[in-house]
Amino acid sequence: MSNQATAFPRPVPAITDVSRPYWQAAREHRLEVQRCDDCNEWIFYPRQVCSECLSSALSWRQVSGLGTVYSYTVMHVPPHPGLADDLPLIVAVVKLDEGPQLTTNIVGCEPENMVVDMPVTVYFDDIDESITLVKFKPL
Amino acid sequence: MSLRGKAAITGYAEMAPQKRPEGKTSLGIMAEMAREAIADAGLEKSEIDGLLTACSLSDFSMLWPSAVVEYLHLKPRYFDQVELGGASSAGMVWRAAAAIEAGMCNTVLCVVGDTWDSRLFMAKPPPFPATEAEFDAPYGMVGANPGYALIAQRHMHEFGTTPEQLAKVAVDQRTNGCANPQALFGDKRITIDDVLSSRMIAEPLHLLEIVSPATGGGAFIVTSADRARHSPNRPVYLLGAGEAGEHSSITRAPNMTHSLVKPAADHAFAMAGVSREQIDFIQPYDCYTITVLVTIEDAGFCAKGAGGRFIEEHDLTWSGDFPCNTHGGQLSFGQPGMAGGMSHVIEGVRQLMDRGGERQVDGATIGYVNGNGGIMAEQCGLILGVEA
Repeated sequence: MSNQATAFPRPVPAITDVSRPYWQAAREHRLEVQRCDDCNEWIFYPRQVCSECLSSALSWRQVSGLGTVYSYTVMHVPPHPGLADDLPLIVAVVKLDEGPQLTTNIVGCEPENMVVDMPVTVYFDDIDESITLVKFKPL
Repeated sequence: MSLRGKAAITGYAEMAPQKRPEGKTSLGIMAEMAREAIADAGLEKSEIDGLLTACSLSDFSMLWPSAVVEYLHLKPRYFDQVELGGASSAGMVWRAAAAIEAGMCNTVLCVVGDTWDSRLFMAKPPPFPATEAEFDAPYGMVGANPGYALIAQRHMHEFGTTPEQLAKVAVDQRTNGCANPQALFGDKRITIDDVLSSRMIAEPLHLLEIVSPATGGGAFIVTSADRARHSPNRPVYLLGAGEAGEHSSITRAPNMTHSLVKPAADHAFAMAGVSREQIDFIQPYDCYTITVLVTIEDAGFCAKGAGGRFIEEHDLTWSGDFPCNTHGGQLSFGQPGMAGGMSHVIEGVRQLMDRGGERQVDGATIGYVNGNGGIMAEQCGLILGVEA
């Protein structure tokens, strides 16, 4: 397994100019999401235009980091060879209290204690010297 | 104007899926399937003036339709690729009919072939959208297993769907697969216990609830209703079609358990002027057991959330009261990459041509086919029938 992990690096975000503020905020352990100044819709993932009204007037807003587990799965087989050492891996979709949904991992919770709709709070995982992943842990 | 009864499928070919390419290439498989389908429809290659294809996952590239034209020395007046993942083949049927009805061509070859296996997926994955590579993959949302597992988990939470109900899809389809000499997994029947004791891959989905990648392919011929009358086979008419899309990653779906199968099916049934009760069989895209359950609900064969009980109470085998994936579905037939969704279209046509052999659904005249791509992201519903 460890050979596999060496051969295949873990998947990391390929950051763009559009998304850099999101990842930079995460690096500083703040969760920021775009909001449209024209129609007030929360936008996630980061975009150049609002996906609802197509306005370009998007602002970064810090959000609470609170949400609920909309659904989750415990992966018993690595979904990617670079994640072979992370099993069992809890892949989840968290719905933020503000509305947007994120793909994430739940940490600090045994798989058997996972429940749909459980409340969670953001956990910033500094996986290397430049990338911080936005994960969640039980509240 | 509608496409109802304007075009028909008049011939097909299908390769028995195999675990490894064994020297075959995707283009080579497509050429073999094209040769057999053209012959099955009683045509000459020179009569093919339209081509629809889907790029194989193993050779994913740009300019794919031209590559197929070149390999087969075709001279189409209309050609394109349909890239709706597993819904691509279903999506070809109405596009071919529309091109014919619009006067662009007379007879369309629809063909897909692929040399796919799980090792390739890890070593040389096809490119996913950059947004998913950035916001989903770092957390392990890669491939289809996690996405469908999330849907199943949420469905169980909202509606009380049980693992046993999901497992029965795989069990009944395996019975169908055992009546299909071409099925990759058609040797012996399985039980609900077999499914639930198979390896847990992505909770709540077990190994036997998940398709197995394979090498394979298929082709079918679409021509005008007028020309179809001269076919050696019973023409199978396109009566209705509907498509829907709204997201790519399941994380961005507005609702994980209520799928776009519904608007696609509603459009197809309305165009066909057919009721759910008139349907003799369904061939729903099945990458996972949960896909079939959600499709049965959202296509309107039972109330939303009642899919688990429906599956429990109905016999989904070819001789049952609700024949579903009579070829075994991809779960038993195998999933030949991008050609996987071809198997549902071809099985629907095969049944309506009365060529189902051992697994023929008695007196079948109208069937429902659904193509599904990505994580419930692309939906294409078709109503096929023997009378225009």
